[in-house]
Amino acid sequence: MTFIPVILWSDALVFLLISAIIAATVYVRKRPHLRLPWQRVARSSVAMVSMLVLSCFLVIGLLDTLHYRVALPQAGSGEKVYSPEVLSVFDHLVGPLRTHTEKTYSAPFALHLYAKESMNDAQGNVVRDYPRLQYGGAHLDDVSQRAADVAQRTVGGMLAGALVGLLLAWSLRRHLKQRAVQLTLVALTAFIGALVSLAAVYHVLGTDKVGQDVLYLSLKSIRTGLIIGTLTTLVTLPLALFLGVAAGYFRGWVDDVIQYVYTVLSSIPSVLLIAAAVLIMQVTIDTHPEWFETSAARADLRLVALCLILGLTSWTGLCRLLRGETLKLREMEYIQAAQAFGVSSMRILSRHIMPNVMHIILIALVMDFSALVLAEAVLSYVGVGVDPSMISFGTMINGARLEMGREPVVWWALASAFVFMLVLVLAANLLADAVRDAFDPRLNRTEGGA
Amino acid sequence: MIAYLIRRILYAIPILIGVNLLTFALFFVVNTPDDMARMQLGIKRVTPEAIDRWKQQRGYDKPLFVNTAADSAGTFTDTIFWQKSASMFVFDFGYSDDGRNISREIATRMGPSLAIALPTFLIGLVVYVSFALLMTLFRATALDMAGVALCVLLMSISGLFYIIGGQFVVSKLWHLVPISGYAGGADSFKFVVLPIIIGVVGGVGSSSRWYRTIFLEEIGKDYVRTARAKGLSELRVLFTHVLKNAMIPILTGVVVVIPLLFMGSLLTESFFGIPGLGSYTIDAINAQDFSVVRAMVFLGSVLYIAGLILTDISYTVVDPRVRLQ
Amino acid sequence: MSKLLKVDGLLTRLHDGTAIVDGVSFDIAAGETYALLGESGCGKSMTALSLLRLLPDGVENSSGTMVLGDTALHALTEREMRDVRGGRMAMIFQEPGLSLNPVMTVGEQIAEVLALHKDMSGEAAKVRSIELLTQVGIPDAARRVYEYPFQMSGGMKQRVMIAMALAGAPELLVADEPTTALDVTIQAQVLQLLRETQQQSGMAMLLITHDLGVVAENAHRVGVMYAGQIVEQATRERLFAEPLHPYTQRLFAALPDARRSGQPLSAIPGNVPPLGSIIQGCRFAPRCDRAWELCREQTPELLAVEGGREVRCHLYRNAEGRVQAAETPPLPLAEERNSALNTQHSLLLEVEDLKVHFPIRKGILQRTVGQVKAVDGVSLAIPQGRTLALVGESGCGKTTLGKALLRLNPPTAGSVRFEGELLEGEAHRNRMQMVFQDPYASLNPKMRVAEILEEGMAALHIGNDGDARQAHIDVLLDKVGLARDSKWRYPHEFSGGQRQRIAIARALAVSPKLLICDEPTSALDVSVQAQILNLLKSLQDEMGLSYLFITHNLAVVEYLAHEVCVMYLGRIVERGTTAEVMRAPKHPYTQALLSAVPRIDGAGKEYVRLEGELPSPANPPVGCHFAPRCPQAMPVCARTFPDMTHAGASTHDVCCHLYPLVPN
Repeated sequence: MTFIPVILWSDALVFLLISAIIAATVYVRKRPHLRLPWQRVARSSVAMVSMLVLSCFLVIGLLDTLHYRVALPQAGSGEKVYSPEVLSVFDHLVGPLRTHTEKTYSAPFALHLYAKESMNDAQGNVVRDYPRLQYGGAHLDDVSQRAADVAQRTVGGMLAGALVGLLLAWSLRRHLKQRAVQLTLVALTAFIGALVSLAAVYHVLGTDKVGQDVLYLSLKSIRTGLIIGTLTTLVTLPLALFLGVAAGYFRGWVDDVIQYVYTVLSSIPSVLLIAAAVLIMQVTIDTHPEWFETSAARADLRLVALCLILGLTSWTGLCRLLRGETLKLREMEYIQAAQAFGVSSMRILSRHIMPNVMHIILIALVMDFSALVLAEAVLSYVGVGVDPSMISFGTMINGARLEMGREPVVWWALASAFVFMLVLVLAANLLADAVRDAFDPRLNRTEGGA
Repeated sequence: MIAYLIRRILYAIPILIGVNLLTFALFFVVNTPDDMARMQLGIKRVTPEAIDRWKQQRGYDKPLFVNTAADSAGTFTDTIFWQKSASMFVFDFGYSDDGRNISREIATRMGPSLAIALPTFLIGLVVYVSFALLMTLFRATALDMAGVALCVLLMSISGLFYIIGGQFVVSKLWHLVPISGYAGGADSFKFVVLPIIIGVVGGVGSSSRWYRTIFLEEIGKDYVRTARAKGLSELRVLFTHVLKNAMIPILTGVVVVIPLLFMGSLLTESFFGIPGLGSYTIDAINAQDFSVVRAMVFLGSVLYIAGLILTDISYTVVDPRVRLQ
Repeated sequence: MSKLLKVDGLLTRLHDGTAIVDGVSFDIAAGETYALLGESGCGKSMTALSLLRLLPDGVENSSGTMVLGDTALHALTEREMRDVRGGRMAMIFQEPGLSLNPVMTVGEQIAEVLALHKDMSGEAAKVRSIELLTQVGIPDAARRVYEYPFQMSGGMKQRVMIAMALAGAPELLVADEPTTALDVTIQAQVLQLLRETQQQSGMAMLLITHDLGVVAENAHRVGVMYAGQIVEQATRERLFAEPLHPYTQRLFAALPDARRSGQPLSAIPGNVPPLGSIIQGCRFAPRCDRAWELCREQTPELLAVEGGREVRCHLYRNAEGRVQAAETPPLPLAEERNSALNTQHSLLLEVEDLKVHFPIRKGILQRTVGQVKAVDGVSLAIPQGRTLALVGESGCGKTTLGKALLRLNPPTAGSVRFEGELLEGEAHRNRMQMVFQDPYASLNPKMRVAEILEEGMAALHIGNDGDARQAHIDVLLDKVGLARDSKWRYPHEFSGGQRQRIAIARALAVSPKLLICDEPTSALDVSVQAQILNLLKSLQDEMGLSYLFITHNLAVVEYLAHEVCVMYLGRIVERGTTAEVMRAPKHPYTQALLSAVPRIDGAGKEYVRLEGELPSPANPPVGCHFAPRCPQAMPVCARTFPDMTHAGASTHDVCCHLYPLVPN
């Protein structure tokens, strides 16, 4: 064994989430009335296109979740020693993107560094000039060849990608019926093809202050965004569901207590509450360095703790919504019919109320996802987000924004972070819209009604 | 009405106590003052004496709840809880880590915060509602679809982008207004105009879409059909009937934030160097100044509760069915 | 007579092309009331909205002509149409509570019409508004004009709607189910108001309703609609004397009343077909017992038959058809009801002085400052295998009483005995069960029928294992007339009537002896109502069930009940056998209630007009609760609540000072 798998806390939770989603899918597939709204989602081209884009992000995020540590070359006999650096399958796949680091900033597709340096020319004189990059476009002799090379690689990559896309679209033709979706699939693979072929030899999005490839950073940020957007719901969901439904169903003192708790929590401005909690967490983590084997583990625990805090501070909205809905549901005649049989409260909650508030939960979760991705950037900027060593959109923006003052402007890191975030959030928002339209019972539909 | 207000204000007290206990627990129980001192001083230079000195300087050297060493009244008053938390109820927030009086600091910083937040709020409200009304008027047409698409796009853009992009284009490229800074009086205009515009633009997407949903929900109701059956034009229906009724759900979301305007905006103020409460909060968070953070938390919840009460009162203005009692 | 409104070939479609109003033609003369009669979903409301060109989004008028006077409505621009709406043609709607703007005073809402169509504003408009409100019978109009809709009762709101419609002095008033949401005594008031107004102003009226009784009392001519088409058109007298179309005939036969109480109702099998599902042939053919091949192959035209009548049926195709039609075969009637159970009746349920009060809280400390006495000392008894009807208007406490028996509301005081045994706690769940009003709200949409039926058995530990329960479920489905394989389906796949069958099966699953039926047919169409009533009756005969039948529909009472209790403001004011109470009502309230019900025979009855509306149970009048509205009130009525006394027969009790205690 030259490597050892590592399961970080966030990885474990992601696996838990995935198994929950698989279980839910199996459950839904067997029930036509639960499948119906999903079929409505599947009929919407916008939703399917968004789903396609999101699935690209998801694949990257998942590959980036399979972590391992490489064994170090053994010095003498004895136990295997593993590198303290935790890598992921994604890191392995993109290989050179991660390892090809330059000295400092370089613009997209640049052959030279952004800053002048003193160096010796052919005659041995010391001159100040922009040095060539170590990796970016190293195969070219001169800038003049670049345009042709880029064009050639782009076309080649696109063609190869488009071919793969066409094959995929053909094999999935029964599932992806809409023309728009098929076109998006082909365009997406063509884009990825071009990107892959270009990224092999260029820094497509430039490099950052310490010379890391910005494309690599942007792709790594995806996992952080997805984790924040999804794991938070693992905390929000049970809290909001149980408390909201209990408050609405039992009323009386249970309702009073739950209402009190959420009024207290929601009366504190959320950024401050998050900031306070994160500060406290930071103190705890900083005072217990012995808990963590690797720096990745520490950054990861901080990420998980951030999700926990975001969850603890953001369940109140959904809770209030569910309480209101339960108050309405408990007056429904089918609940009274169950009460007339003396069905126990727990059974009424689990069989009658919860299935009938599920659509609200689902809508709230997909709507929250994009808000959380955006919130991560803000929180990291404020200084209460993820660990500074963890790659995320927030840390990218934070690192890059001070460079806006330089001449010429270092815009690429910032622009990449914003564009990646925009695509992710836009896709999520469009999907959320489609899901809401499909699940909202207030929208009148003719199908399904007898 | 009076009885209602008294009841609401009485009800606010347990909420504030809850807020206070929560923050107290976060700041002093989860982590002891020793932990805080250690972190503030840096792990390296820590000696027990340094910790004690740090605690003593800030008044953290007392017991948490009960001081058995003190005399009768002091048993409870000469404790961290009493001195750091209970005193907040009379808006005595104590001193920040750099030795300033927090209450005075808050009072001077409210002005700049409001100078940005209030115009943003008012202009925003007008812009969002107008845009939403326009979409509602042209509902189910290409114009409406384009409007919704624009809203989704705008709300998918990070708030940081609006600020950084706005600063870059307006201040750096066009040199129209200073990038950041603040001045009192008439000069303040050039400093506040960009933050206000950015604040308004940043909220167009989500707010207009939300208002549009509310208007569409109202417009499907029976009384709107009655109004049309009277022969009223679509514009009159929208402005006299729908808007009046839509005010009720709109107020729910809007009035509650009015008192919170005092708190300023964290991002805008810090990017534009506005000496308001928002940047004060951010600085405190970055400097890990717990006293200031706790003061802002308390102030925030007081203002939120004030917002809730204001919301209820505002209902009586727009909804004749609501009588507070 | 010159025609005011002529509608010809009106075709209104959904965006997907489904026709919801399919070639409707009719005309209305000035001063005439034309009724469009039909069950829900037949397109009658859409016809009205097409006339005003107020169709909802997604529905549009695709062809046909509509001419009002000499104005072609279909050709007007939207701006011109606005002058017609509210001016020459006004409309009132079904739900007065939802149709008025809740945040504007009624005066403002009326003034809007005056400003638009009469160029009146300011003081003149106010004076006119007050006049109009007075005209529609709103007392103290000068004060009421400043009130908001929420300060008024349902009947008042509908009066305001009428005042608003009259403000533009319309030539045609379109009334879409104007009284469906109102109680029967209020309905009578509003209908009378509409008739009087019509007489005074000479306007024409298009009355849209599902209620044959309302048609019988108000219409001059009638169009019967079925599945988007008019199937029969005639004057009221002729239609009621001799309905021609099989659908109309069956509709009349499905009406419950006392004369049929011995026999099952002639229900129309099946349901109204979904819109656009029948393209070829007669739309009623699948439910018609006289249909033959032609009916399924060829779509019938609207045929003119003698006496200016029109009917859309192949039976009247030719001269022989008319003869054939004249010999309408007798309606199918089932055999005489099994009366073996009618002999001896031991008491199953005895309720003694039951009270359900809800506290009203107020003030800083939320102290209880009063009680809503929803049920205030009710005593009743139901014998084994019999039906007791509990009759009253909305808000009288009848539903609260039903739920209190099942302890869905905790009773405040009183005792309930079941088979002589005092009931305490919740151990009687398998002895009585409930069937709820709204079959769309009483079945959990997320559960299969089998799960719904099994729930009660599981909760009460009936049937030990799954197999036994499944077998029981099959038996239950047979009993209520549903296919066995329907247990694997979800409620949304069933129609309203079928859902109510499922709800009945659910209640029967635990083998109760008493079923509390809370308005089980009020959400259903007449033809489906008959199916459910037949089912309830046959179940009673078969299983010896007792029913507590809670309803406001007096026709159903006459058909189904053995005994009747009339409830007013939380108390029972009269009780007796059905014949006693319905034929010889003693209490003035019962008399008024009975006289307010529109009858299809319309045969000479005195109408006892009730003033005002039901007072709040939080603040009932002193003395007899009914006294303030009672036409026969005496001084004593305002002082003390009367005791229950025998009125004539020993089974007939009444609570009224008109019938003082007779010393034995």
